Amino acid sequence: MTGAQIAASARAQRSVLPEASGRDRFYSTLFRLAMYGALGLAFLGLGAILYDVAVSGAPRLSVDFLTKFPSRIIPANSGVQSALLGTLYLMLICAVLVVPLGIATAIYLEEYADRDRWYNRLVEVNIQNLAAVPSVVYGILGLAFVVRGPIGLGNVLLAGGITLSLLVLPVVIIVAREAIRAVPPSIREGSLALGATQWQTIWKQVLPGSIAGIATGIILALSRAIGETAPLLVIGAAASPRFNPDGLLADFTALPIQIFVWTQDPNREFVELAAAAILVLMIVLLLMNSVAIVLRNRYEQKW
Amino acid sequence: MGVRTSLVRTPTARSRGEAAIRAALFLAAILSVVTTILIVFSLVRETISFFGDVPIADYLFGTKWTPLLAADQQSFGVIPIVYGTLYLTGIGLLVAVPLGLLCAIYLAEYARPRVRRVIKPILETLAGVPTIVFAYFALTFFTPEVVRGLGIQVNQFNALSAGIILGLLVLPTIASVAEDAMSAVPESLREGAFGLGASKLQVSLRIVFPAALSGIVAALILGASRAVGETVVIILIAGGQTANLGIDPRESYQSMAAFIAATSRGDIPTGSIKYETIFVVGFTLFAITLLLNAMSIRLVRRYRQVYE
Repeated sequence: MTGAQIAASARAQRSVLPEASGRDRFYSTLFRLAMYGALGLAFLGLGAILYDVAVSGAPRLSVDFLTKFPSRIIPANSGVQSALLGTLYLMLICAVLVVPLGIATAIYLEEYADRDRWYNRLVEVNIQNLAAVPSVVYGILGLAFVVRGPIGLGNVLLAGGITLSLLVLPVVIIVAREAIRAVPPSIREGSLALGATQWQTIWKQVLPGSIAGIATGIILALSRAIGETAPLLVIGAAASPRFNPDGLLADFTALPIQIFVWTQDPNREFVELAAAAILVLMIVLLLMNSVAIVLRNRYEQKW
Repeated sequence: MGVRTSLVRTPTARSRGEAAIRAALFLAAILSVVTTILIVFSLVRETISFFGDVPIADYLFGTKWTPLLAADQQSFGVIPIVYGTLYLTGIGLLVAVPLGLLCAIYLAEYARPRVRRVIKPILETLAGVPTIVFAYFALTFFTPEVVRGLGIQVNQFNALSAGIILGLLVLPTIASVAEDAMSAVPESLREGAFGLGASKLQVSLRIVFPAALSGIVAALILGASRAVGETVVIILIAGGQTANLGIDPRESYQSMAAFIAATSRGDIPTGSIKYETIFVVGFTLFAITLLLNAMSIRLVRRYRQVYE
């Protein structure tokens, strides 16, 4: 046999394994089709949602819509100024509360906590559990402690901000811990060996090395906070106010609440306004997500 | 002796600063525990005063839930809203589990890396879409156009639409977390099976799937607990004011979370029976999700395969 013949016979006999039987091939094809079908159906459903919102909302979207206050009678004169501002203020309050608390907790758990101590394990398990508590329960907490009860602020902007902060704090902690854990121990050991204290090591090495991941986590948590409806319903955010919150202790509303109110309206034109308000909310979320992606790409450390 | 008393350095300003920082960080960490204590405390306090007015047995075993009616017609049997919650979650999982797992298997085992790099972030972004958006879609399009369009005569509020939308809502979460679990199965397992002549299908279903089972179950429980706690979708699509104990998905149902948010709109007098009802239902919901979470943590620990 010539070399070419050997190669040809080897090519003909591609595998030492027996050919798959007809039944096996049938099931393989079936399974593949099922997977494509599932993926198609999932994206069809989720795509239809975005399409529906875009088609009914886009014609209503204008500068007027952003700057006008919601009207209870005339849909054409309605806008989302108070809701949009409320959402932005809520985001700001959340950021102020959650950033220091979340990062501090994550640093403690990753850099200081001795896992063998019961209280440290308690904190860990507790954060895991808190992340699974439904948002409406945080609404109840806000109602009982922040709106009424010991703090007793009333259903004002600050109460909404505190409630949402408590809701997303576990998310921030969990993501920040992962980012801190990704900094290799050798970086810390190098810094300590050069005589830096533990805090100097954290401040000058660990935090700069994990800031991209932490920032991404914070932005994702904030976008979760401003998309929440249930806790704000429970603490009693205002429906369609024709004024902006003028301080931390003022009545407020937020985009999800405005959307909720409009969606329930029997007047079809108000329902279309809900779609436009959803678009505004989605644009805000999209902007935040883009910032997160840019941050991650620009500052992410490869070790 | 007397020259060097100790090898360990005495506290300096520097080390005292370090200790202060450590203490401050610890205080921040404690705040999460305080949050839990506050949640439990607020729920328990009102729950106790609720049970002062309503016998526990009536609450736990009663099959009529009408706390919002006039005082002489009120009954506080929680079973209908617990049932409604589980019923709606069940429909949701019926949609989300097969679709989500098929998507996850495709992404982890079949998709080319480039396809995966595109689809995975899209899934994660979709998992973050506010639920009010899903509710809007169901109310304005899915119920009137799709469900009724298919000739299914449903009420305006019905469990069928709500359940399917819940399924769509948790699908990205289930797919994404299950995919992570399957991707974490080491390549050597797959190669070993391929070397023995297994087909792609066999490797996916009989090797990778069982090896990743703990993570997959955790993904399912995560999806279920999101569905159990979901509020606005239920209020706007399923939420009749009357709790339903039937099995017809074309009728309206009430869930625990939806009851809480629909009832508490900031104007209920503190201490009234309505106010206490919110807390007792919140406590029940809290207990159920805690149970689900504990189950998930246990399952993951118990069945986790450790590779190297």
